[in-house]
Amino acid sequence: MALDMEGMMKELRGTYASGKPKSYEWRVSQLRALLKIADHHEKEIAEALRCDLNKPDHESFVYEIASMKSSCQLALKQLKGWMKPEKVKTSLTTFPSSGEIVSEPLGVTLVISAWNFPFLLSLDPVIGAIAAGNAVVLKPSEIAPATSAVLSKLLGEYMDTSAVKVVEGAVPETTALLEQKWDKIFYTGNGKVGRIVLTAAAKHLTPVVLELGGKSPVVVDKNINLKVAVRRIIGGKWGCNNGQACVSPDYLITTKDNASQLVNALKSELEAFYGKDPLKSEDLSRIVNSNHFNRLKNLLDDEKVSGKIVHGGQRDKTNLKIAPTIMLDVPGDSLVMNEEIFGPLLPILTVYKVEDSIDLINAREKPLAAYLFTNDKRLKEQFIRNVSAGGLVVNDTILHLAEHSLPFGGVGESGMGAYHGKFSFDAFSHKKAVLQRSFAGDVPARYPPYTSGKLKFLKALLNGDLVGLIRALIGW
Amino acid sequence: MTPEKAKTSLITFPSSAELVSEPLGVILVISTWNYPFVLSFEAVIGAIAAGNTVVLKPSEIAPATSSLLSKLIGEYMDSSAVKVVEGAVPETTALLEQKWDKIIYTGSEKVGRIVAAAAAKHLTPVILELGGKCPVIVDTKANLEVTARRLILGKWGSNSGQTCVSPDYILTTKEFAPKLVDALVRELKKFYGKEPLESPDLSRIINSSHFNRLTKLMDDEKVSGKIVHGGQRDKTTLKIAPTILLDVPEDSLIMNEEIFGPLFPIITVDKIEDSFNVINAREKPLAAYLFTNDEMLKGEFVESVSAGGLSINETTLHSATLTLPFGGVGESGMGSYHGKYSFDAFSHKKPVLRRSFAGEVAARYPPYTPEKQRFLKAFLDGNIIDVFRALFGW
Repeated sequence: MALDMEGMMKELRGTYASGKPKSYEWRVSQLRALLKIADHHEKEIAEALRCDLNKPDHESFVYEIASMKSSCQLALKQLKGWMKPEKVKTSLTTFPSSGEIVSEPLGVTLVISAWNFPFLLSLDPVIGAIAAGNAVVLKPSEIAPATSAVLSKLLGEYMDTSAVKVVEGAVPETTALLEQKWDKIFYTGNGKVGRIVLTAAAKHLTPVVLELGGKSPVVVDKNINLKVAVRRIIGGKWGCNNGQACVSPDYLITTKDNASQLVNALKSELEAFYGKDPLKSEDLSRIVNSNHFNRLKNLLDDEKVSGKIVHGGQRDKTNLKIAPTIMLDVPGDSLVMNEEIFGPLLPILTVYKVEDSIDLINAREKPLAAYLFTNDKRLKEQFIRNVSAGGLVVNDTILHLAEHSLPFGGVGESGMGAYHGKFSFDAFSHKKAVLQRSFAGDVPARYPPYTSGKLKFLKALLNGDLVGLIRALIGW
Repeated sequence: MTPEKAKTSLITFPSSAELVSEPLGVILVISTWNYPFVLSFEAVIGAIAAGNTVVLKPSEIAPATSSLLSKLIGEYMDSSAVKVVEGAVPETTALLEQKWDKIIYTGSEKVGRIVAAAAAKHLTPVILELGGKCPVIVDTKANLEVTARRLILGKWGSNSGQTCVSPDYILTTKEFAPKLVDALVRELKKFYGKEPLESPDLSRIINSSHFNRLTKLMDDEKVSGKIVHGGQRDKTTLKIAPTILLDVPEDSLIMNEEIFGPLFPIITVDKIEDSFNVINAREKPLAAYLFTNDEMLKGEFVESVSAGGLSINETTLHSATLTLPFGGVGESGMGSYHGKYSFDAFSHKKPVLRRSFAGEVAARYPPYTPEKQRFLKAFLDGNIIDVFRALFGW
């Protein structure tokens, strides 16, 4: 279906120029509408997620819908405060004066969402765009078509469509959208398309937030509560869309003498969670499509690792299911160690000393997240100091995403910019500096004709040098 | 450098969190020619303060400063981590092919796009400090003498108008314009004398390329009859006198590019409020200014004019206030720096969440049950009552 891009952009710009999205009342009305969508259409949304990903209701309700609601409620609660200008101190240089930083919307924004948490990752950025007073177009992922259709229908019904639109489609539609001039683009997905988005944005000098991914490592030390650690790893990996999450633990690193304990603990808890026949468990998302299924199958069947599978490996092509699979001591140059896995395979690398894991991690691109399980204070500090990633968690996985006070975003190959909580509001705002002066306090020394006396005075003023200032005044 | 503690909630209890500022890595600073010393150093200071290594590429259009920077930085700094690369387009292109952890570019929109496109290949975040046509609105309710002096300082007293935040053009009412012109002319004579081309207190135009560009703007037949002051030029010394043009048409050359020179056009409107529409019909500039004592007009200005930054009853000085972020929006740029914002610009704010092995919430884990779901939903809602209800119902 041909979309009238030009017409759409004109309408959005017109709505934005009218000042409507800038008003507090409009923002609140739209945020409330989003909440209504989540409240009244839970079942429909969960049904779409089951269709797209076979996502268990538990994960849909908790990780997608409840998370989105929480985000929306926070924005509603704190919006007045967020919108208030921030006063700043001014110095002697501009005395008398007052300064403040005013948050203003950027204008017309584009949110390109992903397929793995298609509800949350579409609406969480949209919440930020609306809270900050912008018009916004959402392009949901075509790889999660049921959710895309539900989003289009529900937003079309509940939202002010002169300012909030959904454009469905695949590569042609996304390309057409990227040719337009946006005031901000927010993209969640992979590094390859991230580069395409950034290149398109460069033509219009459009600032971009890129939420990408990477291989998020987990370092597992000895002398810890192994049962709890393993449950948290499983929760973050297989319990989170079956490993298809940007912050899922991608691979583990532990010491050689800890490996078998770790594997046994994982096996034991995996069975407790998913039973003896995980391919039949209702509590695991499937692999999203046959493309990714084949991709993961190749990683499994890579001759470099096929002998390293210590648990799992079963697959069901018809249902697009792969069982939780653990591989031990995979070579660094295997396929599974050279791309973001984004699936239910968990390689374990072993080292002699646990500190060596830091070098292993730093030899690779900066990931979106990195995790450490330890009780060793020194190791914690070393890890925090030396491992660069979007975010770090000690003794858990993925939970930092649930804290609204923490910015969520990548660094290096894992992305740029951040959001969540107030950071979402900031991501879609321009922080406009405002300096106010009166006509008093004019400093004649500023003006030509320039003299050395004036220069002395100004230097003292700029240095905050009161003595020099007085000397210059008197010498004058 | 001290990590910033962050609040944590019931969801991750017990836990503690902080934001750790860490360096990005290796930074590229591409500087410009109009304030070649400060615009090179300001960014380098930020990069170093944040713990990065940095390469500075000064502008070849200010060659004496470029070689002085190269010499002094080479002598005084740790050159294993802080380097200067001199050169022009070939050297800059070669630099832009490398993978940097951040690039800060100060200059034009045209090259800004080139920098952004090169950075995109490596997913390198960029700060672009560009420009635009910074308007200044002059209301009748303003102290005319002080206004004129501050306008002159921000325009001709700032590198002869060759400053990204120089007031580019004036907006005022038709009836006030002649008074404003008189005040400007009066103060100009005090500052620069009767022969401004001979005043030592005015920068020259940087080179003949820009000199020719500016004379073209003046000689455009749409405006040549509108010059009410100045217009003198000296090609040998690359000097153009402070020039004021009154009532230029909006489609003249001078109103369609950033002037970056000593020409000051005045656009007149019927009501002062009409200025906002004139400004908003154009690309967002790096700065916008208003001179007035009218509190309501000030409020409307701050509310409706989008620019990198605003100054009221002053020009350019918001960029000297270190507590304010300095940067553009839209065509005038992205990102900001100055003061702590420089440190932040070259840092990654890494969130760190610490938990203990206590505080296990079994409801997180499969096998999933409706009770576990209820509990977690209540938990995420921060709804303590429902949490307890779910706990007991369990």
